[in-house]
Amino acid sequence: MGEILKVSDLHVYYGNIHAIKGVSFNVNEGEIVTLIGANGAGKTTTMNTIAGLLKPRQGEIEFDGSSIVGVPAHKMVYKGMALCPEGRRVFLQLSVKENLDMGAYSRPAAEIEESLEKVYAHFPRLKERSKQVAGTLSGGEQQMLAMGRALMSKPKLLMLDEPSMGLAPILVEEIFEIIKELNKAGTTILLVEQNARMALSIADRGYVISTGNISLTGTGQELLTNDDVRKAYLGG
Amino acid sequence: MAFIQNLINGIGLGSVYAIIALGYTMVYGIAKMLNFAHGDIIMIGGYVAFCTYTYLGWPVVAAIVASIIICTLLGITVEFLAYKPLRGATSLAVLITAIGVSYFLQNIALIIWTSNTKSFPNMVSFMPSVSIGDITISGTTIITIFACILIMVGLTTFTSKTKLGKAMRAVSEDRGAAELMGINVNVTISLTFAIGSGLAAIAAILFLSAYPTLIPTTGSMPGIKAFTAAVFGGIGSIPGALIGGILLGVIEILAKAYISTQLSDAIVFAVLIIVLIFKPTGLLGKKIREKV
Repeated sequence: MGEILKVSDLHVYYGNIHAIKGVSFNVNEGEIVTLIGANGAGKTTTMNTIAGLLKPRQGEIEFDGSSIVGVPAHKMVYKGMALCPEGRRVFLQLSVKENLDMGAYSRPAAEIEESLEKVYAHFPRLKERSKQVAGTLSGGEQQMLAMGRALMSKPKLLMLDEPSMGLAPILVEEIFEIIKELNKAGTTILLVEQNARMALSIADRGYVISTGNISLTGTGQELLTNDDVRKAYLGG
Repeated sequence: MAFIQNLINGIGLGSVYAIIALGYTMVYGIAKMLNFAHGDIIMIGGYVAFCTYTYLGWPVVAAIVASIIICTLLGITVEFLAYKPLRGATSLAVLITAIGVSYFLQNIALIIWTSNTKSFPNMVSFMPSVSIGDITISGTTIITIFACILIMVGLTTFTSKTKLGKAMRAVSEDRGAAELMGINVNVTISLTFAIGSGLAAIAAILFLSAYPTLIPTTGSMPGIKAFTAAVFGGIGSIPGALIGGILLGVIEILAKAYISTQLSDAIVFAVLIIVLIFKPTGLLGKKIREKV
């Protein structure tokens, strides 16, 4: 299993605020890796920087064997990376099908139909609602759409930022089941979550971020049973 | 009968406003800026058509195409030189720049073509007027309404059916998310300016064929009225530009015919204010509905 993503000594600033202070981690092909941590620890900032939406001031990001620092966000998807952003950010005024079409923007037209069938297989509800405007979907359906949209680019690495945010517990379970399925089907996943218990239970490995630093790392099981993690992120 | 005559004239004038309003509304939707230089692109388009047709003796179609090409290139150039460096700056900075570009273009026109009034020839005179009973519809009006319908149908098809058009709608809704899809936002913005400016050239020829006074400030009044029409209909909305433009034209002509010629503009803007009080996003303005 080769290394697909390697982040080394990443530093990101918002103006003068030093948000990410030397974060390093890696993701191997076929893994589910999760970044957990409190609100404001820098999880989303890290994700957005990898995706090219923010520019790091220092550090190196290697994806699939080459440096991607300074590559604009709109080129990442062509390299095989898809970010399903925090807050879903589906196109509310476009239909479900049009959202999925946008997800496949980087793909040749001939290959889109096949990906569409795959996405519909994972998310049958999107097929039922394909003509519906995305703004009229429920929160859970919008999350599915956001994930389906990211999958339409047929990514080597799928980055999911807070997929459980604002969803009812039953839906969270469903979303996590799908994440496991996607991983089994061959997609490498980098998952950011506040729901640390759920994230760690499906992850091969995890990293704990606190105030811009990686404070702890281990397998999903190790972190689930770690006393510090239990106290800080799993409610004791 | 006179009422119907006025109504048709109003729709004709309104169609021109609608075509111009599309430029404002599309640029606002995609780039989130008010391009106050849009009216001056119209003026440049008018001069280009005038010079190629009158001085160079080009055929009508060639003059129209020349005007469209020059305006399209001008729109892209203005965006590239003046607005693109300000991506991410405050909207006030961009607005002031747009006003600066507007004066810049007017003064360039003043240097090249002087302030002397040029009388614009009716370039669509190949279309005869049509009489039904007491009502006479001028050829210019027919062509204008027809052009407006054609442009609306074309643009609606473009934004709803083509990959590029859908990408434009995606950018207008969420620029960051659109980038994540692989959409090059800068290219999309350039394309929007290109379309809006090309339409401005068409609007210039239609407007000046009906109101033939060509001076360096010719674009200002139709520009500001079309901007009003865009706000009236709901800025950012393509059908809104159509409805806003037509209503504005009809109100203006009816006010001129039945109330007062001097007060017609005041009445137009008063109606705008009233609409905005009751519907701040304009007639078809999008209510932003968000689920978190």
